[in-house]
Amino acid sequence: MGLKQNLHSLREKYKGTKMAPAFNALHTFLYTPNDTAHGGTHIKAADDLKRTMNTVIMALIPCLIFGMFNAGYQHYVAAGEIEAVTSGFFSSEFWTLQNFSLGFWKILPILLVSYGVGLGVEFLFAVIKGHEVEEGYLVTGMLVPLIVPIDIPLWMLVVAVVFGVVIGKEVFGGTGMNILNPALTIRAFLFFAYPTWMSGDKVWVEGAVERTREIANGSTADAISGETILGSLAQSHGVDYSVMDMFFGFIPGSIGETSTLLILLGGLFLIFTKIGSWRIMLSSVIGALVMGYIFNLVVAAGWITDTSKFYGLMSTEFWHHLLIGGMAFGIVYMATDPVTASQTNKGKWIYGFLIGFISIMIRVFNPAYPEGVMLAILLMNVFAPTIDHYVVQGNVKRRLKRAKLKTA
Amino acid sequence: MSKDIKIKKGLDIRLVGEAEQTTENAIISNFYSIKPEDFHSIIPKLVAKEGARVKAGETLFYNKDNETMKFVSPVSGEITEVQRGPRRRIDAIKITADKEQTYVDHGKFDLASDAEKTKAHLLASGCWAFIKQRPYDVVAKADSTPKAIFISGYASAPLAANLDFTLAGKEAELQAAVTALSKLTEGGVHISIGSSKSPLANLQNAITHNVSGPHPSGNVGTLINKVSPVNKGETVWTVNAQDLVIIGELLLTGKFNAERIIALAGSSVKKPRYFRTKLGSEISTMIYDNGVERDGNDRFISGNVLSGKRVQPDGYLDYYSNIISVIPEGNDYELFGWNKPVFDKVSNTRALTFSWLTPNKKYDLNTNMNGEHRNFVLTGNYEQVFPLDIYPMQILKACLYKDLDEMEALGMYEVAPEDFALTEFVCVSKQPHQQIIRAGLDLMLEEIG
Repeated sequence: MGLKQNLHSLREKYKGTKMAPAFNALHTFLYTPNDTAHGGTHIKAADDLKRTMNTVIMALIPCLIFGMFNAGYQHYVAAGEIEAVTSGFFSSEFWTLQNFSLGFWKILPILLVSYGVGLGVEFLFAVIKGHEVEEGYLVTGMLVPLIVPIDIPLWMLVVAVVFGVVIGKEVFGGTGMNILNPALTIRAFLFFAYPTWMSGDKVWVEGAVERTREIANGSTADAISGETILGSLAQSHGVDYSVMDMFFGFIPGSIGETSTLLILLGGLFLIFTKIGSWRIMLSSVIGALVMGYIFNLVVAAGWITDTSKFYGLMSTEFWHHLLIGGMAFGIVYMATDPVTASQTNKGKWIYGFLIGFISIMIRVFNPAYPEGVMLAILLMNVFAPTIDHYVVQGNVKRRLKRAKLKTA
Repeated sequence: MSKDIKIKKGLDIRLVGEAEQTTENAIISNFYSIKPEDFHSIIPKLVAKEGARVKAGETLFYNKDNETMKFVSPVSGEITEVQRGPRRRIDAIKITADKEQTYVDHGKFDLASDAEKTKAHLLASGCWAFIKQRPYDVVAKADSTPKAIFISGYASAPLAANLDFTLAGKEAELQAAVTALSKLTEGGVHISIGSSKSPLANLQNAITHNVSGPHPSGNVGTLINKVSPVNKGETVWTVNAQDLVIIGELLLTGKFNAERIIALAGSSVKKPRYFRTKLGSEISTMIYDNGVERDGNDRFISGNVLSGKRVQPDGYLDYYSNIISVIPEGNDYELFGWNKPVFDKVSNTRALTFSWLTPNKKYDLNTNMNGEHRNFVLTGNYEQVFPLDIYPMQILKACLYKDLDEMEALGMYEVAPEDFALTEFVCVSKQPHQQIIRAGLDLMLEEIG
């Protein structure tokens, strides 16, 4: 009782001051405010934006924890210290404390930087502009660590997060007003500003960059290399991973994007809770499969042979595209961002389909950067309002037609 | 022409405290109050000055834009106070009732009369106030000709007064009113009913539609949208079913009898039940006997919990309501309200909210916002509870940025604030949808007229 009263009097004290949004943001984390409904419905549904965002975070937690294990696992496998998994998702080689602790201590700083810097910027803007701190960053801050390579230097992350939050969101007026997905804006910034840290075969396994530097300085240790499957395919190298490895996520890649199984479960959770749009998820998957299948047909028709640089990815079986790279993660957690996606139900079908379709297209035709889902989503973010416009115009035209029939 | 209307999109909010089907005579109120704000957009010209004596059915004020449109006193008595607000706006006209009621005799009306006569009679007798129009959801303009008239005979809102019960035995009055209204339009009088037992089911000169499905299946806006949506340049009229009784009695007897059976409902009421009372009467005549605690922390609403008006315990029943809802105030903090599992509140998501498990459970909801106001973020959840062929979020945004062309194109002529009550209820951003729509309609009324 005491705490509640004390916080209440503090809230009254800060009311109307510059610090009110900052205080309220912290206060509302502990207590749902005592505000009552006025001049509209006198009762309100149980959900608020915090609960909504919290649901998405819950769906992301398994990916984060898996990412921690996988970081350690990839490191020790590449270093030759442990054997690769052999016995399914619950393989004892994977779920070890050793794997986890390496990943945990590597990823925790990334998580802290992401949240610390991002929320810092949010608070700053809320205080300056006098609006409440919006919850959007709770999800963005969780997404960012999951879509960067494990060896990303923290200072780069700081720069990117500041850029992403300010340019991607705050200049438009905060959560709900932004055009581009902030998490992807951050990743796109990293990718174009520091390409060597976001692609290639050195950044995906913990310690690979460090080892390369040691070798260059005369060390005799073996090089650690961990190329992503997409990287291998883009260069038409063979892939050593089985389909099950890809599905379970025992592969190198961005921290949280590898386990298609857990992403699938997260997606089902989002659909079940009605927070994520099943329309976008389903249509994206269909779009990706269609494009993948078309490429398979092109290969089967013999128009592309194994001398072509597109051969590796084009000949990948169409449904494998969903298991490799960030495809699944992007579809489930990024494409469904309600603010930047299409807002009409019909529009969501078109929007999702094009994301899947274009992702695979970029993947295949851009060997320099084989992951297309980030660019596809950003591109469709820009086009989402246009799609909505035409969908809404359909409704408007129906209304005009009705009026004409009456007067005719 | 009759059409069965079955909607799927919507949400039934089941609340504790539904009125038991017994009727008591309310204690006769000493004071009555008529508030011009109930008649949105009407500018009153006062006739009855302070201190004047009026009979029941005598003019209190008329519409400044149309002198023939009278607004009358529900009771006979003395005008004790005309409360004024800023710029001498009339806030309320307070009447102290006589012990013995006397009525103005408007004369028995010949139901075979033509449209002009019917209209003039309704305008002069004060019954015009019960006729509202769309677009704009205001008292109907007397010089407009509606393409049709719509009446909802099925109340689907939470705790709503059961019209089959409150209108029982009033068939003669209902019939008289419907007959008169049917003269005023060529498109017919459309009535929605929930079951064939409705007193409205077998009326002559009307087209009845069976409606079913979750709330807002009983909203008149849903009926209009499914039968004959309002196009640009068209007008439709709506009348509340319970007001047909007053209109009907006036036509049959010449007496403006403001009596109405209303429900007193809500979880704060000890024994929720029905009362026979008059419009404009003090709610304190009903709420305390077997009702609410005197020092309780409750919200009193004249109307239903979704679109009613807040009133104080010493306030008055408004002109159009047939229910007083009383629910607990929610002005308390809730520890970790945003992330803990919720079993005792209603939600249309499943984000650790479990009302989907118990669709028939009755809830005791309070007035807490359950969160803070935010920008529009989520999409697609309004559409789940909004059965009209309109894009709700897009039209709300058009109202917010005041783009008249877009508001018109998206269907603003078809809607009333109450159509957006459910979208407001489920809104995770806690946006005041009904207020936004009302402001949008007012803007259009001012700019386009």
